[in-house]
Amino acid sequence: MSQHNASSAQQPLVVAHDLAKTFDVSAPWLSRVLERKPRQLLRAVDGVSFEIERGKTLALVGESGCGKSTVARLLVGLYEPTRGGLTFDGEDAHAAFKSNDAKAMRKRIQMIFQDPYASLNPRWTVEAIVGEPLKEHGLIQDAQELKARVAELLQSVGLSALDMVKYPHQFSGGQRQRISIARALATAPEFLVCDEPTSALDVSVQAQVLNIMKDLQRERGLTYLFISHNLAVVRHVSDNVGVMYLGQLVELADKQTLFSNPQHPYTRMLLDAIPKMKDTGRSRTPVQGEVPNPLNPPPGCSFNPRCPLANARCKTERPVLKSINGIKIACHAVEEGRH
Amino acid sequence: MSLLQVKNLIVEFPSRHGTLRALDEISFEIAPGEILGVVGESGAGKSLTGASIIGLLEPPGRVASGEILLQGQRIDNLNNDQMRSIRGRKIGAIFQDPLTSLNPLYSVGKQLVETIQAHLPVSDQEARQRAIALLQDTGIPAAAERIDHYPHQFSGGMRQRVVIALALAAEPQLIVADEPTTALDVSIQAQIISLLKNICKQRGAAVMLITHDMGVIAETCDRVAVMYAGRIVEVGPVHQVINHPEHPYTAGLMASIPDMEVDRERLNQIDGAMPRLNAIPKGCAFNPRCTKVFERCKQERPELTQVTQFDQSGQTHVACWLQSNTTAEAVR
Repeated sequence: MSQHNASSAQQPLVVAHDLAKTFDVSAPWLSRVLERKPRQLLRAVDGVSFEIERGKTLALVGESGCGKSTVARLLVGLYEPTRGGLTFDGEDAHAAFKSNDAKAMRKRIQMIFQDPYASLNPRWTVEAIVGEPLKEHGLIQDAQELKARVAELLQSVGLSALDMVKYPHQFSGGQRQRISIARALATAPEFLVCDEPTSALDVSVQAQVLNIMKDLQRERGLTYLFISHNLAVVRHVSDNVGVMYLGQLVELADKQTLFSNPQHPYTRMLLDAIPKMKDTGRSRTPVQGEVPNPLNPPPGCSFNPRCPLANARCKTERPVLKSINGIKIACHAVEEGRH
Repeated sequence: MSLLQVKNLIVEFPSRHGTLRALDEISFEIAPGEILGVVGESGAGKSLTGASIIGLLEPPGRVASGEILLQGQRIDNLNNDQMRSIRGRKIGAIFQDPLTSLNPLYSVGKQLVETIQAHLPVSDQEARQRAIALLQDTGIPAAAERIDHYPHQFSGGMRQRVVIALALAAEPQLIVADEPTTALDVSIQAQIISLLKNICKQRGAAVMLITHDMGVIAETCDRVAVMYAGRIVEVGPVHQVINHPEHPYTAGLMASIPDMEVDRERLNQIDGAMPRLNAIPKGCAFNPRCTKVFERCKQERPELTQVTQFDQSGQTHVACWLQSNTTAEAVR
């Protein structure tokens, strides 16, 4: 571990550079030949770059299908990137995932999934579920020691050591999500990728889980990538926020700036769409239009069909993420000062 | 006169380990044209309340006692055929997942025409014209073309518009909308909510909006009922309940929602979880999680009583001993 820590003080822990993932969603070969259909490629993530400093949280927000979850899966090595890569603590993570020493890297990056009903094996006891990573990574062999460590992990997420002998169905949704957190923490990772960890939960339970996640971050110095479509939750947990649209980052800024002074028209639209609790009866400004088909994205800026500021340039030239006034943004209108 | 009256409704599920009471003496009313929100956590009985009103309780669930009256007529004791003529004609329903509430094998036009003709005596041509008009009203572009498309050719938001059109097809006076926007993105959610609100206002239909999202309730509803463990714990005008929640559960629920305006290090949380149906505590069901619990809460069950402290109109009702305690003290 010592060689990792030496370099870690100055540079960000996680650096994603130009990450891209393309899925081949073509019809089967025979149909393509008979019906003269072309190959179809879906660019789920198309050149996403960001950095996360140690102990900080980057949140990714966006509508369904914008590629948030694909980014998460790329970061933990569930997908291999089509282009670009991930540097974790100065090391090429995807090269490490393929090497003989893959476990060393996997141990340091763990993931929490959205649905606690689907991510836990229903036929395993909690002890087996939480203890599996410990055994798999050869951290603990002795059965007694394993029990003690699992008990400790369960207590750290607010469950009881006595819950060890139970099965997932005996727990409520919030408790199950805590079991997934305990499992993810088993290998003492430095980086946790959380893909919508609270969207399947009720608000009161969501508050419990978010509080636990924040406490753990403070105690253990964890680094989070937090994916959510709920902007209020994102505002609560994150330090920096990246807004994604059709596989690209359109705005990346620190939390305060993004929420107090959103620049990209899409970010503004998302913020306007949040229901306001205070003034009851006031209706939101409904967003016009929907996310276009990612198989056939519009030319130029992919947001142009829904954008109130779109002009001829937006319809032909794709904007790239640039640093403007301390934030990163991909928008011609903002760049030209038309907003 | 109120459009819908629910009186002391009890829904039970007989099981091998005894009878589970999922709804316990629920009473509320909906006035014509009113939007009533029903909130609560999963398992509170929101959807069951909706299902009993539209007569779609899944067996072995059954209405054990109580009455449901639509325009003064009992509808809880009707047989299936009688209920079918009410469902769609007088009460429309919108469910959470628009993909599962549409038949994938029929074009949306066919489904609309079928619904219209099942309830209204119109010709094929006229029914089709009505269907196109409905799709237009729900904001589907190029409705005349889209009418012959199949559900899979629509996006999630567009599908939910079709479902709303279906629910409104026979011009019902009441719409039961069970989590209509939960499966949709926030941006689309706003479109659907404002559509639902406006279209029901135009047609004078009342709506029972079931959701767990307080934000949606805040901007849409006239009144709101908060449910916990099969009971209504608080009901009142929406601004009253949101700004001055009386029941500790409502207050906790409101505080646990991350706020866009205020930065807090920790969110307020309600410790514990909702009790299971087979282990509902004695007295007030919320007492093990309540921060203001006292002896009486553990012994006697509180009933809904009128609140006069903050709410001048006296429309808010709350089931909490704290309430009668403070008013009792005030009297003294």
